Amino acid sequence: MAVSKRIVLRFPRRLVERPIIYRLVKDYDLEFNILKASITPEEEGLLVLELKGDQKEYDKGINFLVKAGVKIQSLSQDVTRNEERCTHCGACVTVCPTGAFRVDPKTRKVLFDNKKCIACGLCISACPPRAMEVHF
Amino acid sequence: MPKTIAEINEKIKEGKAVVFTAEEIIEVVKEKGVKKAAQEVDVVTTGTFGTMCSSGAYFNIGHSKPRIKLGGGRVYFNDVLVYTGLGAVDLFLGANALPDDDPRNRVHPGEFNYGGGHVIEELVAGKDIRLVATAYGTDCYPRKRLETWINIKDMNQATLFNIRNAYQNYNVAVNLSEKTLYTYMGILKPRLGNANYSSAGQLSPLFNDPYYKTIGIGTRIFLGGGTGFIAWQGTQHNPDVPRTDKGVPKMGAATLATIGDLKQMSPRWLIGTSVLGYGCSLTVGVGVPIPILSEEILEYTTVTDADILASVIDYSDTFPNLKPDILGEVSYAELKSGKIKVKGKEVPTASLSSYPRAVEIATILKDWIKSGKFTLTEPVEPLPGVESGVTIKSLEERPIEY
Repeated sequence: MAVSKRIVLRFPRRLVERPIIYRLVKDYDLEFNILKASITPEEEGLLVLELKGDQKEYDKGINFLVKAGVKIQSLSQDVTRNEERCTHCGACVTVCPTGAFRVDPKTRKVLFDNKKCIACGLCISACPPRAMEVHF
Repeated sequence: MPKTIAEINEKIKEGKAVVFTAEEIIEVVKEKGVKKAAQEVDVVTTGTFGTMCSSGAYFNIGHSKPRIKLGGGRVYFNDVLVYTGLGAVDLFLGANALPDDDPRNRVHPGEFNYGGGHVIEELVAGKDIRLVATAYGTDCYPRKRLETWINIKDMNQATLFNIRNAYQNYNVAVNLSEKTLYTYMGILKPRLGNANYSSAGQLSPLFNDPYYKTIGIGTRIFLGGGTGFIAWQGTQHNPDVPRTDKGVPKMGAATLATIGDLKQMSPRWLIGTSVLGYGCSLTVGVGVPIPILSEEILEYTTVTDADILASVIDYSDTFPNLKPDILGEVSYAELKSGKIKVKGKEVPTASLSSYPRAVEIATILKDWIKSGKFTLTEPVEPLPGVESGVTIKSLEERPIEY
């Protein structure tokens, strides 16, 4: 069975220079799409990936990452909306590159589908009341 | 038979007033017809919830012991600069004010995370604010420094005074250039990548009384979650603009100056706002009741999004350079469909003012009136109308010779 998941990988300093993702492709035949990559001043690496492949191989690949010392989080939890602060104006709707925001035609409320979110962060500073929050 | 405001107030006090929101009234009139509905309906409530830059508040913080003359000195609330060109302890804080050390647009686009609007929101929320002041000292006001926590509940006056609110219509902003623009109308993507608008449309106060037949100076309103009043015409009030057959202005026209006691308002309806690459501001909730004094006034309140047109303006050239060109007119019904056509291209739309919150304001105001706790006022003077000659002028620069 094939799976496709969006995950956040956090690399400790000692792993930043190792070709970890290469092993996912070579050993587990997983397909990846990099959504975001950065290395912080403390030299911790952060990688947001969409990972596709056979379920069994996917699990093995994740297992390999965990053993190597990579911390893994699922992406959907990472960008959240502070419902108290959101005014449902709509400033985020056309800014989001993946269409994760949609206006309910009846209520005119802005719906946030974090399954579509790739955590690019564009909505964070585009939101006038600063209701969008990113947690890595 | 036409009604009077006094008669409507009698019904409100008895808890018998018939009130609908400007959205509901559209269906009511469709069902009953204008004649019958005008007899039955007493008030139509409107609402709008958007970023309104020319908002601010003034304060009298009370005299310290010994006294300090802050007027002509320098005062900060949570590091945000407050205007001191007033009496000893009277201060004015504008929504766009910034801390001195805010980087502004030095790294473009600036984030503008905290400014005057945010201070107003925190004050209204009852939070303590850090006041830091220096003054020059006088014989009667000897003190030169003051640092203290202050709280809205301890102030003598804390008054919201917005010199321009509730614009009657507004531009639809697009970008014809090759680079992203960070404007007060939001992020505008290059090559007509998106179109942003900002009006509650059919619910917006001045669209429901397009000739200001009931809304005037002294009208009691919903302001920032409490009650307030229309104090005056707002700045840039410009009633004499092209209008549709039904009298709806096709571009920015009338504006309102509003005033009210900040102490009874709520942070749900006054929200500190950060506009990327532009500045800080305040998002304000305004709701205006319209007394149904005649069939004509009722008919105005049945305006729908399809009846209201707005001009599409290019913010890469036309707006910044104050050029007159418009790229076309679109209705709010089209804008709300999620896409409009500009220069033959389909452009996705987004709103900057919150329609769900506008509905909520109109509904709260309706409930206040129905429960008898909000009565209507007779305007003491009308707002300048189409014939008034009041208009918006641009600045004619006259070079200063040395």
